[in-house]
Parts: sequence; C-alpha cells; structure tokens
Amino acid sequence: MAERELKKKQSQSKTNPEETTQAPASSEKGEKIKAELDDLLDEIDGVLEENAEEFVRNYVQKGGQ
Amino acid sequence: MAVAKVCGMETEYGIALRGTQQVANPIVASSLLINAYLKDLKKVSWDFEDESPGVDARGFSRDTSQFAEVESSLVNAVLTNGARYYVDHAHPEISTPECTNALDVVRFDRAGEKILTHSIQVANSSFSNGEFLVVYKNNSDRKGNSYGTHENYLMDRKLAFSRLAREIMPHLITRQIYTGAGKVGIEIPVDNVKVDFQLTQRADFFEEPIGLETTLKRPIVNTRDEPHADVEKYRRLHVIVGDANLSEVSNYLKIGVTSLVLSMIEDDYMPNQNWTLLNPVEALKKVSWDITLAQPLELEAGGTITALDLQWELYTSATKYAENSALDSIGGYQVGIEILHKWEEILHGLENDPMELSNQLDWVAKYQLIEGYRQRHGLTWSDDRLAAMDLQYHDMRPEKSLFARLPMKKLVDEESVIDAMTNPPTDTRAYFRGRCLQKWPSAVVAANWDSLVFDLGEDPLRKIPMMEPLKGTAAHVDNLLESCSTPADLLDKLGS
Repeated sequence: MAERELKKKQSQSKTNPEETTQAPASSEKGEKIKAELDDLLDEIDGVLEENAEEFVRNYVQKGGQ
Repeated sequence: MAVAKVCGMETEYGIALRGTQQVANPIVASSLLINAYLKDLKKVSWDFEDESPGVDARGFSRDTSQFAEVESSLVNAVLTNGARYYVDHAHPEISTPECTNALDVVRFDRAGEKILTHSIQVANSSFSNGEFLVVYKNNSDRKGNSYGTHENYLMDRKLAFSRLAREIMPHLITRQIYTGAGKVGIEIPVDNVKVDFQLTQRADFFEEPIGLETTLKRPIVNTRDEPHADVEKYRRLHVIVGDANLSEVSNYLKIGVTSLVLSMIEDDYMPNQNWTLLNPVEALKKVSWDITLAQPLELEAGGTITALDLQWELYTSATKYAENSALDSIGGYQVGIEILHKWEEILHGLENDPMELSNQLDWVAKYQLIEGYRQRHGLTWSDDRLAAMDLQYHDMRPEKSLFARLPMKKLVDEESVIDAMTNPPTDTRAYFRGRCLQKWPSAVVAANWDSLVFDLGEDPLRKIPMMEPLKGTAAHVDNLLESCSTPADLLDKLGS
C-alpha cells in the first residue's frame, strides 16, 4: 500500500500526443466547468424535446444483446 | 508472452420513428437507415469511378449491391474501412474493424458514430410526410429493454478459460467507475434500494457471473467461443458488460485498460491477487448504483474493498508489469505508458472529486448536466424531463445531442475520424478487406471477419481465408495489391 501512495503522489504527466487540451489547476478548473455548465443550462430548454413525458413514454425498444 | 490484443467494438444503436402515431417495425426502420447510407455511398462511388480511368471497371455493375453480404436476407454490409454495418436484433449495429490499440478503436468507434449520423441525415431527407428517424447511442430504453455494446479481444487459447474468467471478473466489475455512461434511476427495481442516478446503463440487466447468453440472463463474463481466427491458437473474449460511450476518455480506458489487464493475465502477472469478489452480480450493481464510489465489496478471501481501491491495486500491478514487459501486445511501450498515465490521472480525479472529471467521463458529464438542471428548476429525480435529458444525451442528431454541447476532452483528431469512415486501419487484416472492397467492389461478393469471397464470373466462387488477424496489413499486401490490376491476378498470385 505504501507503494500505492507513492504512485498516487507522483506528478501526473501528459504523454498523449493527440490530446488537444491541458487540464488547468484544480480550483480554476472547477470554476471554469461551473461557468460552462451555467451557460449550457441557460440554453438547454431550447434544445430539449418539447413534451418530455410523451418523448420518454414513446421510446420503446426490443431487447437486444 | 501475451498474444497481440487485437480488439474491436460492436454497438447496437436504439432507433425510433417519430412524427407519426404508428409504431414502426424496428427491423424495417433499421434496414431503411442502413440502406440509405449504402445507396448514398454507391452514388459517391459511381462518381469516383467515372473520374478514375485507371480503375478496372470490368464487372462493375450498377445492379449489384456494392457491399452486400450474400449470407443473410437482412441488411448486412461490409464497408471499405473494414467495418460491418448491419441489422441485428431489431437494431442498427456497427462493428469497428479489427484494431491493434485502444486509440484506434476509439477512432473507428467515432467513425461509426459519424456513419450513423450521416445515415440519419440521408434517410430523413427521403421522408416527405413529416416522419423522421431518431437514433441513440445508448443501451436501454429506460423500460427494462437493453441492447448491447460489446468488446472483443484476441486471446491465447492456451490460457485456461476458467482462470481468464476468474481473473478478469474483478476488473469488469470495478472499471464501471470510469466506463459508465450514466443513467437516471433504476430499471429492475430491488427492494429497499433507491437509486436516483447510477454509473452505468447496463448493470441492471446482468444476472449471472459466467454464461453463454447475451439477450437474457446476461453474464458478466461471456463464454461464447467463436474466435473468427485460427481456432487452434486463439480465443476471442467477448465482453458484453460495457456501456456505449460517447466520451473518448471513457472509451479509451475501457479498451486500453482491459487490453492491458488481459495481457497481464495471459503473462501470469496477477501476483498474489486476492481480488475475487464474493458475489459478482451483486457487486456489479452495488458499484453502478453508488456515485460516491464508497461501497465496500465483499472479497472471497475475507474483508472488503471499494471499486476505486481495487482499480488502484490493478493499476499498481500494471505499473510493475510495464517495468518487465515491452507491452507489445497492446501496441507497444509508448502506447501502454499513455494508457497507464490516463488511468492514473482518472483514478486520482475520482478519488479527489469525480465532478472535476465532467469533461472526461460520460457518467460525470451526464450527472453534472442533469443535476444542474434539476437544481435550477427544483425538480425531483422522478421528473420526466430528467429522463428525457438522459435519453437526449445519446441522440445521434448533432442538433439534438446534449453530449455534443459539452466541452469534452478529445483524444483523436477529427480529420483522422473522417478518414476512418472509409479507410481501414493499416496494421490488421482489416486492411486487406478494406482495400479489396475499395479496389474491386463488385467482385467481392461476401466478406467475413476471417475470409473474403470473390466472384470472377466463373464458377466456383473463390475464397481467401484470413485466419491470422495480424496478416494482411499494409506492410504485407500493399505491393501485392499494387501489382494486381484485376481480382483474378490477385487470386492467381495468392494461389487461392
């Protein structure tokens, strides 16, 4: 378990060359996510299907694998 | 040494016809969707054909279905990227081509999404009566009917299946903490259990630890023995317990970490592991139902462990494995190290505050969106608007998709995804399949995972077996294909 703690404390490195964004510092990141979520929630009623109850009720599938 | 973890994924999509009071036959709807795509492709191909005088046009007939398999009356097509696009169990389903690494599976799964989206656009443009098809990349209709997303991994037949099943089970149960696509509520009610939101789409539907079924009494470890390769050498582990992911990170870890753990099992590198869970089916559900990730799971050896701690244990073993292995089986050392780094980063995030992973993991992204909406409007968890948001997260129409509006982290670039819609991976037998379909579309009358059948206009049909998943790569066949101007040339040179 000590080794695990060691691993967990190691600084995280980004090695994936195809990643396009870098994670900002933790608190900053949390604020950014919250602001983005607020913006999204502002516009979401315009995207949601109109009659939620009917929309959900009418979606019936045959079971698959 | 572990055999190459050649892998791929098959996804059944949900489908419905809207703008009508009639209930559409789902098989007809699925066929219409796929045929719309194939007809559109054919049109493009004709244009290309007209502009490419160097391509052999003999035998190219506008009357034959360009990519249709002859084995089934249901729509069943093989695409030039090596994928299979077909109707299965009343759902449109697409299988990625065989890949050698997790990032390629993500890329070809994304290409599959684009193929579905394009299919919807073409199909819906043909309706003139206000009807339209909607398609969801999820695994449940929220009424107890589930449809699957399956992973496939090439395995060494020498490994005893009982050991494989025992050693992979703890991983399949605990990986849900990063592979889950999230779901509002619970579909198979259990006494004294209240679930507002759970990690996965699929956990509710599993009833057995091990078994052969896929549509009822679903097992955590599936025993289907159909390698689609040399049966003396290989197995194919068919994993049916995963969710359909839209998040590239969730998808990448689902395939990448599982490939790594399977290689460790094959290399007998699960040192002193005491991670066998006492009640696997119960544990699967416990993990899925608890978004705090704090549920203790009972171990067969006594004591308990949380899903997160079990994943940390697996991670620690994997780092030791990486110190002693070239990781060739999962695409090489650098590929393996990237998987380990992402795995570690996500486990850290889950430990610190899962909500900080809302731009990386499906279940967190969906939860944060729906919980934000719920709080803003003062709704209870049973409100239909939340269930509708759950469904709409997975909508394959870009203008309706909630997922598409989220700032999710990307792992594969868009250009390579578009390329993967029509071109095969270069490093598996899918390359040979895809290139032959590109070069001689009308001569290939049937394509399976392990063979191609040509019709040269004379009896009998001629079959090229492809029993080795890593033979038929660009390195193997590019020169050969270049040197052949007709399929007859190819068959003569191959001696088939």
